[in-house]
Amino acid sequence: MVDITTQYLGLTLRTPIIASPSPRTGNIADLVALEQAGVGAVVLPSLFEEELEAESLTLYERHERGAFTNPEATEYFPDLPYSHLGLDRHMTLLRDAVQELAVPVIGSINGRTPGGWVEYAQTMADAGAAAVELNMYDVVADPSRTADDVEAEYITLVTEVVDAVDVPVSVKLSPYFTSIANFARHVVDAGAQGLVLFNRFYQPDLDLQTLDITPRLELSHPSEMRLPLRWIAILRPQLPHTSLALTSGVHSAQDVLKALLAGSDAVMTTAAVLNHGPGIVRTMVDDMQAWLTDKEYVSVRQLQGSMAQHATSDPGAYERAQYQQVLASWRPVS
Amino acid sequence: MWACVDGNEAAARVAHALSDVCAIYPITPASPMGELADAWSAAGRTNIWGQVPTVVQLQSEGGAAGALHGALQKGALATTFTASQGLLLMLPNMFKIAGELSPAVIHVAARTVATHALSIFGDHSDVMAARSTGWAMLCASSVQEAQDFALVSHATTLQSRVPFLHFFDGFRTSHEIDKIDVLSDDDLRALIDPEQVLDHRLRGMSPERPVLRGTAQNPDVFFQARESANPFYDAVAQHTQHAFDALADRTGRQYRLVDYVGEPDAERAIVVMGSASGAIRETIDELGKRGEKVGVAIIRLYRPFPTQALIEALPRTVQRIAVLDRTKEPGAPAEPLHLDVALALQEHWNGPMPLVIGGRYGLASKEFTPAHAAAIFAELAADQPKPRFTVGIVDDVTRLSIPPVADFRPKQRTTQCVFYGLGSDGTVGANKASIKILGAQPDLFAQGYFVYDSKKSGSVTVSHLRFGPDPITSTYLIDQADFVACHQFTLLHRMDILSSARHGATFLVNSPHSAEDMWGHLPGSVQQQILDKELQVYVIDAASVAKEVGLRGLINTVMQPCFFALVDVMDAEAAVRLMKEHVTKTHGRRGQHVVERNHAAIDSALAALHKMVVPSSVTNTETAGFHLPDAAPDFVRRVTAKMLAGEGDLLPVSALPVDGTFPTDTAKWEKRALADELPIWDADICIDCGKCALVCPHAAIRMKAYPEEALTDAPPTFPSKPYGGKDLPAGTRLTIQVAPDDCTGCSICVDVCPARSKTEVRHKSINMEPASQHRDTERVNYDFFLTLPEVDRSAVRHDTVKGSQLLQPLFEFSGACAGCGETPYLKLLTQQFGDRMIVANATGCSSIFGGNLPTTPWSVNAQGRGPAWNNSLFEDNAEFGLGMRLGADAQASEARALVRELAAEIGEDLASDLLTTQPSIDDEPAITEQRTRVERLRERLAPINDPRARSLEAVAEALVPLAVWIVGGDGWAYDIGFGGLDHVLSSGANVNVIVLDTEVYSNTGGQASKATPRGAAAKFASSGKATKKKDLGLLAQAYGDVYVAQIAIGANETQTVRALLEAAAYDGPSLVIAYSTCIAHGIDMATSMTHQKAAVASGYWPLYRFHPSPETGAHPFHLDSKKPTIPLHEFEQHETRYAALYRTEPERAAALEAQAQADIDERWNYYDQLAGVERTVVTEEQ
Repeated sequence: MVDITTQYLGLTLRTPIIASPSPRTGNIADLVALEQAGVGAVVLPSLFEEELEAESLTLYERHERGAFTNPEATEYFPDLPYSHLGLDRHMTLLRDAVQELAVPVIGSINGRTPGGWVEYAQTMADAGAAAVELNMYDVVADPSRTADDVEAEYITLVTEVVDAVDVPVSVKLSPYFTSIANFARHVVDAGAQGLVLFNRFYQPDLDLQTLDITPRLELSHPSEMRLPLRWIAILRPQLPHTSLALTSGVHSAQDVLKALLAGSDAVMTTAAVLNHGPGIVRTMVDDMQAWLTDKEYVSVRQLQGSMAQHATSDPGAYERAQYQQVLASWRPVS
Repeated sequence: MWACVDGNEAAARVAHALSDVCAIYPITPASPMGELADAWSAAGRTNIWGQVPTVVQLQSEGGAAGALHGALQKGALATTFTASQGLLLMLPNMFKIAGELSPAVIHVAARTVATHALSIFGDHSDVMAARSTGWAMLCASSVQEAQDFALVSHATTLQSRVPFLHFFDGFRTSHEIDKIDVLSDDDLRALIDPEQVLDHRLRGMSPERPVLRGTAQNPDVFFQARESANPFYDAVAQHTQHAFDALADRTGRQYRLVDYVGEPDAERAIVVMGSASGAIRETIDELGKRGEKVGVAIIRLYRPFPTQALIEALPRTVQRIAVLDRTKEPGAPAEPLHLDVALALQEHWNGPMPLVIGGRYGLASKEFTPAHAAAIFAELAADQPKPRFTVGIVDDVTRLSIPPVADFRPKQRTTQCVFYGLGSDGTVGANKASIKILGAQPDLFAQGYFVYDSKKSGSVTVSHLRFGPDPITSTYLIDQADFVACHQFTLLHRMDILSSARHGATFLVNSPHSAEDMWGHLPGSVQQQILDKELQVYVIDAASVAKEVGLRGLINTVMQPCFFALVDVMDAEAAVRLMKEHVTKTHGRRGQHVVERNHAAIDSALAALHKMVVPSSVTNTETAGFHLPDAAPDFVRRVTAKMLAGEGDLLPVSALPVDGTFPTDTAKWEKRALADELPIWDADICIDCGKCALVCPHAAIRMKAYPEEALTDAPPTFPSKPYGGKDLPAGTRLTIQVAPDDCTGCSICVDVCPARSKTEVRHKSINMEPASQHRDTERVNYDFFLTLPEVDRSAVRHDTVKGSQLLQPLFEFSGACAGCGETPYLKLLTQQFGDRMIVANATGCSSIFGGNLPTTPWSVNAQGRGPAWNNSLFEDNAEFGLGMRLGADAQASEARALVRELAAEIGEDLASDLLTTQPSIDDEPAITEQRTRVERLRERLAPINDPRARSLEAVAEALVPLAVWIVGGDGWAYDIGFGGLDHVLSSGANVNVIVLDTEVYSNTGGQASKATPRGAAAKFASSGKATKKKDLGLLAQAYGDVYVAQIAIGANETQTVRALLEAAAYDGPSLVIAYSTCIAHGIDMATSMTHQKAAVASGYWPLYRFHPSPETGAHPFHLDSKKPTIPLHEFEQHETRYAALYRTEPERAAALEAQAQADIDERWNYYDQLAGVERTVVTEEQ
């Protein structure tokens, strides 16, 4: 058997496949199924501070709005003890997952306030998260905020969270930084032990019938893997001591293998699990084993980064050559 | 342990701790007792025997009493809570329970029994109606006593075997928050004799000890058996006093059957029960200091009447006694307590017989103050006191009233504070918090009482808060406040707020204007009062502070720190800490963000508080208060306007109708101008669909089509567009107009508007815009709009949304909640049938927004026709409506007979036409013709000198078809009134029933009914309702000849319009079940109509019509909605009532939702099959 264990954020994973945040990582039954199928770790659904805030305030307002408006009905709802608000639900899931699973359980946060990031990271670490992933997800539409401002805020957040928790911290990056390599280095310098490339944004869609805006998340297509693949390959030599995880477009063992070749320490998959269920992970692991065996690899570690930018015979390909090939391969429609 | 609680909680805690079974049903003002009992049991709180009491909701108070009776007969310790009509529904069982000597306690928040009108407020007319049941009656006068006497009642009923009715004054005691010494469980155990508990249990029915109870007895023994219980009643007084003494041993609080307070050598005394004793005691203190020999005997145990205790309590020196009754028994020689006292003195007084007079006071929570008590003592001192009197009103008819002693105010050792706010701004919540904070201080006592107006939208709240070093006995409102706060600046224009401020008081204003600028924005009358009373004025822009910290209009935690800072009752830091702790305690369960934002509000408040430098002169001429439009009619001017101005208490008896009959068409005079934003119409985009007008809960969006020439005198700002239809003549114009002072700003009209700008989709044909920019213009436009002619009703279709909305609504500007889901249906009904309908309205939301004075939304058309409306009770509404139908039919029958008899005199042709024409209710042209005939008939009858002609004149209108609409909510139709509704539906009578189904008892605060679906969290179902919603429509369909429709106006407007027409036209009983979004659902009310689409799309609320037909092979059941396209979860997740359970018991929530989804799937499958079922109505011909 090929050794398919890997190191990620200082954790030893039994396989390099991580179930990334999705509804499938939001309940214990599926998490157990994912573990049984062979994932090396799981990342729980992101804790969105904005959602927690909206939930809390909406409940508050709906209780308060109708209250004390007429003598017959001082309130319209029973005074319920909301013991399962968003944070409670997340922490219950986290604690249960830590309890039930042998594989590392990674918590994910999308904060809105500086205090929120730190507080929730601490809460997750206290609840037993093996690591915390900072899901930096922010559409910067304010024209007065410069790129420097935004990056500086992120770096500060990373620093504060890293200082506040004693578990490894990874940062899930957006692909929309002007200089990804530069920013990635700053993030690592700020103390992050890993980077996850890349975040995928909910993108608004327009409903032609109602003329409303409808937020929509399409599951990734395998072709989307190429963007993070490129950056993993580029960053691998630049950040030799940083854990790198590729996410987006990982649907098969072939995709996992490509990610590892480019330099990923771990590979995250969502769409395949959502499309096919947790059992797809077993297929991916088996197929990966078969390929590695067929190619006479003895371990994943041999494979990892073997096609990173520094390890290829054509390092420039990751920066420009593929563009030319695409043009050259174009044929007019007959 | 001390705690601040209200009377309901004080009593309920003891009742829950001493019961195995609590049978409950909601009724104001007792509902909170049942709600608390339910919530405590749901949370696992045990009684003193370690068991969680079973709390069960019944379908009515009659049911609750039945369950109580049964539980007692099984040997359980059982209780219930009720008031008013609820107590009356319990009377039959109360006779039985007492007759069987079953220990039981009913806790009653005493409330007025409906007579000429319903009143939710407090007096003793309900408990007095229970005097003959054989229950002991114990009256608590304060919150402390409500707790203590609850225990004494439970203890003594076990001791005596006589059941106890424990009562206290509705609202004044049930809803007053007071600092009380809380009884511990050990205190409870100390008074409950375990042997007596066992005795009761062993008397319970058991096949191990079979007995026969509830026998039928013949004349030979019934009488003797009835007398056999006498010794038990004879012993009640002694047992009660023993319990009082035992309580005193535990707590130091000594009560007697009759407590006397006052001078030991008093010459004049009052005898009274209930909270009025607080005001009387303060009066006696004050008069005593002035050397007057006065006192009061407070009756604790009212039944069995404590004759001996009363005689012993009254000083021998008493020469004149006034007995006060908080009830009215028309025709009685005296009121009940008066009679009791007079007889007791007659039989047992040893010495010169005192003069005994009797007075009524405080009906329906009418204020009773020391000024009134002093007036009674003054009357007793008069040469010839009135033998019967009233106090608290001006009776200029029978001249029974005695005037209050002007400016009589006992000196207070309390700080008195009054707060004016709106129901939605958190003012009451903040004050409840402040009372608890103040009351938690070891050296302070605190009291709070809250007054609300009768509106459900834009309601004004007035909080009365006292605190000080001594226990507070003031059981009346504050009229000389040391501190006055106005939490809404607009109220300064609408009300005379500063009349309640004493000289030199502190005045806190939440103002959008700065301390420097505010003076110029105050009405002149307010400026004058500030100067005259030398008020210290402080200003804060609380709305801005709240907005900055993200609290969006909830200003409670901004105003509260200002209050604490200005009354200077405690160290500022301590106050902030305590406020924050209270926020954390009360709101922590809503999530930390709520806590953080409220903490931020507390921290930010004082920096925004500024003292105003009061200018030296008045600069404005405006007078604060209600201003009646000039066109108002006489009655409105004389009577309604006084109520609207908050001066209803000043109306004399002669001003009020003798029989409860009031004019309709009065809501339009209120002009509350509540909306901050108004819907403004863009004619260029409008597609004439009429949806905005259809859904408007307040009929504040109107649509008219009219000839172009009608615009001749239009103001230049008046918008119009060409009418888009061929049913009206070419050149017809159309206008959608807002009534700017009647709109509540709910924005539902904007939400449903389908027409969008081609270049900017957010701009619709109707858009919310700042009222400040549009109100004046829209007032001018609306005034002109009203002058436009109404459409020719025969020219437009009534079965389309657009056509129906061109018809004049005769239900307008109700005080229902902003966004109410019930009112659009009623408005639509009046558009269709308003000039020929009468309404039987069950008690509930619709009877309150429909019939709670000062005004009514039911209105009239230009001919003076409109719906006639009445409310009988909660439980009898279907029968009430049936009676109307029977009455109308009898009149029609009589009219036809008289027409036949007088045919020669009135003309054979006319008589024949009148008799042969019986138009359908939806055939307006034929109805118009019949009305013309009836007018002609009247003309011909006038000169006929025959008594039959006079009789025919009286009933001639019955020749015109009349629609009887029976209106009510689900609490009535599914629960308390179901038996009657079922009977009426089975009768074949031509009545129309519309059930405004909010799926909870909305009016009393959202208690579960049998209409509540599985999984919804509601009061009485805190853990989510475990059983599925009753399918009322299916039950009605079982008769086969009942028209049944299930509708949702926001989901399918056309189906709604047509179903109502079909229901009315159906010559037989019809039942329309109308989905009514409600504030109790916990939804965004601005989207309440579009939200209904999801209710239908998920199958949660399928739409159908069951139209019985005599045709062979008919398929009466027609599904109007499609097979569900979205899962139930997608609908329910937007509603707090469902989402809440996921946040308290997620596994149970998921399980219930799965079951509810299965309910839906199964029901759809069943309905789908029903659509293919053949059914034929059997007619007389067949």
